[in-house]
Amino acid sequence: MFDYSPAPESKDLVKFQASYGHFIGGKFTKPANTFSTINPATEQVLAEISHGTAKDVDSAVKAARTAYEKTWSKLDGATRGKYLYRIARIIQERSRELAVAETLNNGKPIKETRDVDIPLVASWFFYYAGWADKLDYAGLGANPKAHGVVSQIVPWNFPLMMLAWKIAPALAAGNTVVLKPAETTPLTALLFAEICQQAELPDGVVNIVTGFGDTGAMMVGHPDVNKIAFTGSTDVGRIIAKQIAGTDKKATLELGGKAANIVFEDAALDQAVEGIVNGIFFNQGHVCCAGSRLLVQESVQDVVIKKLKARMENIRLGDPMDKNTDIGAINSKEQLTKIDRLVKQGIKEGGQAWAPSCAIPKNGFWYAPTIITGVSPANTVVREEIFGPVLSVMTFRTPAEAVAKANNSQYGLSAGVWTEKGSRILKMADQLNAGVVWANTFNQFDPASPFGGFKESGYGREGGRHGLLSYLKGSN
Amino acid sequence: MPTIDPEAVVGSRITNQSLSRWLHSLPGVDKVGLEARTASLGTRSIKTDSKAWALDMAIKMMDLTTLEGADTKERVRSLCLKAITPDPTDLTTPQPAAICVYGDMVKHAKEALGKNKIHVAAVATAFPSGRASLPVKIADTKDAVNAGADEIDMVIDRGAFLSGNYLEVYKQILAVKAACLRKDGTRAHLKVILETGELETYDNIRRASYLAMLAGPDFIKTSTGKVSINATLPITLLMLQAVKDWFDQTKIQIGVKPAGGIRTAKDAIKYLVVVKETAGEEWLTPKYFRFGASSLLNDVLMQRQKLTTGHYSGRDYVSVD
Repeated sequence: MFDYSPAPESKDLVKFQASYGHFIGGKFTKPANTFSTINPATEQVLAEISHGTAKDVDSAVKAARTAYEKTWSKLDGATRGKYLYRIARIIQERSRELAVAETLNNGKPIKETRDVDIPLVASWFFYYAGWADKLDYAGLGANPKAHGVVSQIVPWNFPLMMLAWKIAPALAAGNTVVLKPAETTPLTALLFAEICQQAELPDGVVNIVTGFGDTGAMMVGHPDVNKIAFTGSTDVGRIIAKQIAGTDKKATLELGGKAANIVFEDAALDQAVEGIVNGIFFNQGHVCCAGSRLLVQESVQDVVIKKLKARMENIRLGDPMDKNTDIGAINSKEQLTKIDRLVKQGIKEGGQAWAPSCAIPKNGFWYAPTIITGVSPANTVVREEIFGPVLSVMTFRTPAEAVAKANNSQYGLSAGVWTEKGSRILKMADQLNAGVVWANTFNQFDPASPFGGFKESGYGREGGRHGLLSYLKGSN
Repeated sequence: MPTIDPEAVVGSRITNQSLSRWLHSLPGVDKVGLEARTASLGTRSIKTDSKAWALDMAIKMMDLTTLEGADTKERVRSLCLKAITPDPTDLTTPQPAAICVYGDMVKHAKEALGKNKIHVAAVATAFPSGRASLPVKIADTKDAVNAGADEIDMVIDRGAFLSGNYLEVYKQILAVKAACLRKDGTRAHLKVILETGELETYDNIRRASYLAMLAGPDFIKTSTGKVSINATLPITLLMLQAVKDWFDQTKIQIGVKPAGGIRTAKDAIKYLVVVKETAGEEWLTPKYFRFGASSLLNDVLMQRQKLTTGHYSGRDYVSVD
């Protein structure tokens, strides 16, 4: 029959060095104190990475401070914009290489890095390049000022995209940065360091320090850092908030989520099913705004679940480098263990788990796309962020009940509403406590649109004019 | 062949009102979502063995078509010979499913095809506009069936559909289906052309698909090829979803035929991907999926030659038809 033959993208498109130091003051340091970074789909080692020490963090912050005072803050906006445009174009030129690198180090399918991650990375730099000489119109009055040196810590789920969300607005606003990629996915950030060199960005404007949580904590605690931007778990966000309490450091925290995806009986059901799949199985569910709680109106529950299961049978799990793969590898063993533990807890609490029949590769970390039915707002799988390809399914009877259930969460990052009735979309968007509400779509990102959450999903906004404001202060 | 009870499906005696209520209770179609899904399936990468399989299947599913005012006996004969031997340089090349012609050309096509198992499909019912009285449409159909047509491609009355006269559309399909009966009790296969380009909205296309399916045809077909928008991938996906849902509900399997505008092997493969991932493998057979096309065959043949020989040939290495 019509089985798709393997269609793998070439691994040779990217050449990693055997080991990497930190990128400080425009140069790579000598690798030291190294740990291995692997391909989670094969568990093969890709490179050795340096674990940043207090000394490394200090020299990175110093380099950023020097660059801020001597060069970056003295450049006019148009010139800063020129560098950002140049970076954006190099990213486009090297997009295939970056897509392959991201897939190898993260485990997400090449289809997504090629069609989503890398194009968004470039678009973020293009968008904020345009802002660099228009800061007077950001909403703070004339001559707004940069904060200075910013420590940025990004997660492993969209390594290069999160870097772009952080670095592009920071640089456009005139800050210099020290950025730490996640310990499991440092490689595209290190390739980005090469891109900074290629773009002849002044030394020290962007510094990349690799390492674990302790390195991040040193970046947050360093006295000469003016602002912290963090994307990651709510637990770590809390630690950061405590750590900077009582200082004048500013912070933007983009944390966890447990989004409700609400399907009304009058929705375009086939497209709603696509939206459910895209909402929770995109990027293996490693998405802070993933639609992990499906709320479906009781009258269409059976048909939606039936269609969803049929659709899930077509999901292709496997080699992330294959162009036809829909679900790749789980990023780490640790994450896989967490997903497994939470699903088992869900079953123990009375939920019924279902997954399509798909072959799981021998090596690497994998989790089949799973839905859990028969659960209620009291269950762990409905309350806790699983951060994996696992969907909890609940029902509702009326719009008011849908709102009540959707808002019954410690998080408030995103939500989805599926209905053919326009007025209902507006009313739901008004009542849902979520930073982003998608109507008849899900997981759409655009650099011009602000993104961020309520409650334990964090504070501050990224993207759009609002995202720029996070990196600026008024001139008085 | 199993049949359905239309009244049970509609849940009432068949009247224009009940049909209207039934069709308007179907879930809507979100244009952006449908087109995004189609675009995503369009990125599937079909290589080597699966490509070879798909190219051969595309040929087997083809209704090789000539529907011109200028058609002649010789033109039809030439097309039939092309169908019998699509690629004289490679006799393993499969044959298309059917030759699709106007009713008056059926006898020439039958004669040219001889004992070959390639079907002859005839367009009927005042194709392409469908603007004629029902007795004329029935006569048109009977004429083609009597001339030996194996398959009838009829058009629905779009005017009646768009003015909400669903009962009229339904009755006409039933009448044409009855006209497909041969004297020996067998029946010519019926394909119902919705002319999706004139229905314009996806909601209309879904309703027209259901209305046609209620009358029990063998296929629903997108287009005549005679209006500005013919087959598109999203429309075909929508119709495949409809036949799949219909099968789940009634256990009756109906085929889908996109027609017009499919010119390249690359496009044809995208359609096959959409068939596989929407309706399922059960539809990946000429019995349940056809391409209405003319220039597509030569592009598929060139791609096929590339796969077998390892290099591209040119247009002069495949025959004009």
